[in-house]
Parts: sequence; C-alpha cells; structure tokens
Amino acid sequence: MGAAPASRDVTSYGMGLAAPLALFFLVFFVAPLLQLFWLSLHNDTAGLQWGLGQYLHFLTDPFSLGVLGSTLLLGAEVTAVCLVLGFPIAWLYQRVGPRLQTIIILIVLLPLLTSVVVRTFAWIVILGRQGIINATLQWLGVIDTPLKLLYTQFGVVIALAQVQMPLMTLPLITALGRIDPNLDDASCSLGAGSWRTFFRIVLPLSLPGVIAGCTLTYAAAITAFITQSLVGGGQMLFMPMYLYQQASTLQNWPFAAAISIIFLLAVLAVVSVFTTLGRMSRGYGGA
Amino acid sequence: MADAPSGRSLVVDAVTHRYPSGALAVENINLDIKGGEIIALLGPSGCGKTTLLRIIAGFIAQTQGRIIIGDDIVDALPPNKRAVGIVFQNYALFPHLSISENVAYGLAARGIDNVTRQREAQRLLELVQLPTMAERLPRQLSGGQQQRVALARALAIKPSILLLDEPFAALDKNLRLDMQIEVKRLQRVSGITTLIVTHDQEEALSMADRVAVLSHGKLEQFGSPSDVYDRPQTLFVNTFVGSTNRMPGVVVSADRTAAKVRLDAGAEIIARPAGGTLSEGGRVTVCIRPEHLQFVGDETGFAGVIGMSLPLGATVVHEVTTADGSGVKVSQARIGETRALENGAAVRLAPLAPSLANAFPATL
Repeated sequence: MGAAPASRDVTSYGMGLAAPLALFFLVFFVAPLLQLFWLSLHNDTAGLQWGLGQYLHFLTDPFSLGVLGSTLLLGAEVTAVCLVLGFPIAWLYQRVGPRLQTIIILIVLLPLLTSVVVRTFAWIVILGRQGIINATLQWLGVIDTPLKLLYTQFGVVIALAQVQMPLMTLPLITALGRIDPNLDDASCSLGAGSWRTFFRIVLPLSLPGVIAGCTLTYAAAITAFITQSLVGGGQMLFMPMYLYQQASTLQNWPFAAAISIIFLLAVLAVVSVFTTLGRMSRGYGGA
Repeated sequence: MADAPSGRSLVVDAVTHRYPSGALAVENINLDIKGGEIIALLGPSGCGKTTLLRIIAGFIAQTQGRIIIGDDIVDALPPNKRAVGIVFQNYALFPHLSISENVAYGLAARGIDNVTRQREAQRLLELVQLPTMAERLPRQLSGGQQQRVALARALAIKPSILLLDEPFAALDKNLRLDMQIEVKRLQRVSGITTLIVTHDQEEALSMADRVAVLSHGKLEQFGSPSDVYDRPQTLFVNTFVGSTNRMPGVVVSADRTAAKVRLDAGAEIIARPAGGTLSEGGRVTVCIRPEHLQFVGDETGFAGVIGMSLPLGATVVHEVTTADGSGVKVSQARIGETRALENGAAVRLAPLAPSLANAFPATL
C-alpha cells in the first residue's frame, strides 16, 4: 500500500536469466533421460532391434517385480519409522527453551554433516554379529547366540531411517512452528484433553509438513544405493543395486534402461500421491 | 446482579506469582467478583494483567494464593476442567475447521452428539448474528466476524467465567465500538461473569461494572468506573486513567477530608487527600483533570499565560504556562460562543471544586 515500489513479481522477469540453468538441465538431465528412454526401447543388448521387449520382460518377471515391490515397501517402512520417531522430536523442539532447541537442531542435523558412507559403516559396526548390540545383549545374558541384524530388512530400515531422519524432522519442525500456540490453549480451554488437541488440531495443521517430510524421506530412502547395498548385503536386492548389476556387471544396457524408466515412473506415482495430498491439506496452513 | 442466572462468582485470593527467574509477575492480588459482573483488568503492558488471566484460566499455576470459582477452589484443575471460556486477542480460531465446527469444538470435547452440536452451534451463530457463515472457514471472515465466532465458541461450553484478552485491540475504531456494544449485549443475555483484560482505559470505563487497575503486578485500585476516574486512590491511577495535570505543592493544613495546599504555581487551593492522610509541610502532587479546571475572573486561583489553544470539536483545550514554568492543560466545553483567548493572554485558573483536585504524597 505504501509508496515504496513493491518487489517485482518473479514471473514478470525475463526468462533469459534462467537460460544458463535451463541449458544445463537440458544437456545434463533431459538429454540423458531421453537417451535412456531411447535405449530402453531396444530388445537386444546391441541396440539393433526396436521393441518393448525389455518392459515386457520386467513386467512379466516375478523376480523383477519382487525387487520393485520390496523397494517400494522399504521406502514405506523407512518413511513410517521416520515419521513416528521424527514427530515427537519436532513436537518437543517447539516446546523447549532456546538452549535445548539448539541442541535438538544440532542432533537432527548431525547426520547431514557426516558422509553417508561413514554413517553406514557405523551401522555395520552396531548391527554386526560381534557388533555393539549383540555384544551388549550377550553380556547382559539376554541372548546366547548373536542375533542376525545386519543383512536383514530390519537392519536396512533402521539404518536408512537414521540416515534420512533430518529430511523428515526439518519440515515437521517448520510446520509445527507455524501453528499458533494460542490454538493449543484455546482447545484446552474448550475442554479438550491433550490427545484430542493433538489429533484434532496439531496433527491436521502439521499435515503440510508431514507430507513434505514423507515425500523427501521416501524418495531418498528408495534410491539410497550405498546404505541399501552395504547394510542389506548380497541377500537383499533393491532397485538401485539391481539396476547397477544389469548395467555394470551384465552389460545389459537396454534392460537397465527399462528398469530405470519403470522405477522412475513408480517413484513419480508415489510422489504425486503425496503431492496431491499436500495440495489438499494446504488450506490448513496459514490463515 | 438479579439478572444473572448463570454467572458464578470469582474470587482471586491473595494470588502471587513469581517467574522461574524469581521476578514477581503479580503480587498479592485480591479480587472479589460477584456472579454476572463485568470486570476490567486495566493496566499498561507488562503490569501482569495477562498473567493473572492465565492464572484464572489455569494455564499458569500461581506461586501462592487461591482461585475460587463459585464455591470451588479450582487450583488443582487443569484448564480443560475449569469451564472457563476464553476469547484470545488474535481469536485463535482453528483455521482448518469450519465456523460451525469451531463453535461446536468444545461440545464435541464434552462428548455431545453430532445433532445437538450442530443445533447448538447454529443457535450460537444466530446469537452473534452470523447465522449464514456456518460452512465458511475462519480466514474467509473479517476481523469483527472472527471475533464474534470466537465469542460464540467460548460461550458454547456454557462457561462459568468468560475471559477476554485484549479482545478489541485488533479492530479498527468504529468496529471496536460495535463489538463492545455486542459483547455487553451478549453478557447481559447470558449473565456470565466476565473479565476483560485491556490497556485501553476508555474500554475499561465504558464496559465494566468495576475496574481493577494494575501496575507492576500490584492492584492499585478496584472500584466502579466513577470511583476510579473521580476518586483515584493512587497517583498511578489518577495519571493512567484519563489525563491529568500534575501540580507539585506543599501541605499548609490537612485533615481527613480536605487539605489546603500551596501550589508551586502560586496559589492556595483546597484538595482532597486521596492517598491516605497528609502531613503538614509535606510535599504533595495535586492532580487536576483538564476538564476540572476553569478560568476565573477574580484574584483566586493561580496565574498563567495561554500558550496554545486547540479546538477539538466539542471541547477546546488550552495550554497554559504557570508561574513556576510548568504547563497545564485546560479543557473547556464549547458552550455558545467561547470567549476567544489570545496566545500570551494572562489568565487565572482554579479547580471547579475541592473534591476534583486530588492530593497525593509526593514520592521521590
């Protein structure tokens, strides 16, 4: 309303400024993607025979479908664990003093400051046969023989959940911080207990953060090649490793390309479900 | 209050609250509020009035003292068990719930069935004159409408006490008056004991049956609006409520009902000893409101020189410089043709009546 010129709407700037980035994406992202797609449309490894054979092969092969299924399931499990563990942390963050807030944010961010390889090896040390967990449990006399933790679905989910936790916690902290603290008091003064307040007020209003966190965690978990392969070991096969084997070990590039495209579409489908949910819940924020 | 069917009494009994840092938020507050009264908690920001409100609501556990609603000591009850309705300064409507869901929220928490809830929500929305807004979201309503919804939501749980935290601060001036009338109407209809926290003295004086003035966590005065305005008990109340001229002076003679004070401005006047007994020869501050000063023709009163005259519509305010160099304001009603007063004109001033000049012992 003032006389000061309002900052210009970003859409009114010339598109020229975006050209370098657009060019970069065109050359290094769009072009390889199209090449990948083109490659996947060949039935033989030499790339002479056109056809949808690779897709047909994947979609009729129970083993391949199993790998896809277990990868998507892995993502769902990691996301669920991150949400269940991350929400209380974010909730706590909004209710403690500034000093504790600094400590919490440091703990949340710490995983991001160490290499994913280092973190994954740490989990191998923790989960191994002679690892910290087994050694402690044996010393306490809870178990006689070591538990198999490494190279199991459980191990992969736990390790991935720790690795991806910041992606869940940070959007949740932001979303919970946007909720007017008076709403808590209002709900309480109207006779609602803590659980009703949580499920009727806090949770619905934090949904944008929940959905953002889930999308990020999910996408990161199912593509986490290093953690999946190192903690999962040889017995657990997920899409990124499957893809790698087909491309690098077996040199079956067309099939690897088809796997990529199918994986990409599957991830896009899940992410777009999240995005749709996010759009529906957007009305909850702000106001 | 004969027309107060549902209003319960509220007693704030020697309530003291210390922050964890040890600083006093409120100190030894005693309020005895009858069922159905409207009380204003008036004070500048930081005087502890919001803390007191939150103690009554149960959000803060006081360090000492008791809160008694009706016949019940409620100190052990959490906020959701106290049946105290609150209207927050920013209304705190639930942004993701429709207007009718907002109003029915407290009823749902009490396990009341859906049909009754809807009917009750509609009844309350009619009470606050928003019957057609039930399906909208809070952000689709104007500020005044949102406040009506906040009121309806608080009233829905049939609270024994209604607390309003700076309820009109966010509204523009015209809307504020409408809402003040509206709140007073609703309070009359429901008969609910109501506590309004405000820093706006006009709001406190116009709306409340009694006004509690707070300063620095202490209760300065608790009385009717006219008591607070005309018979202030402390210098703070006299200066905070309404505007006043502070004129220093020395007590010439004093008894319980009247004191003769020699003003530094150069005249002897009779004043009311407002803050307890005055001792002869003691320094005092005499407070006289601008509308309680008049120009006098004879040699009574004190002399001054007109500095500036501001015609403010119904009144004219004159800035007068007195003999000791301090300035006083004189407010004159515009009756007929007011005598024009030139800048620099010599005038004499005196209070309208001795009871309208309040003498407080000077504090250094």
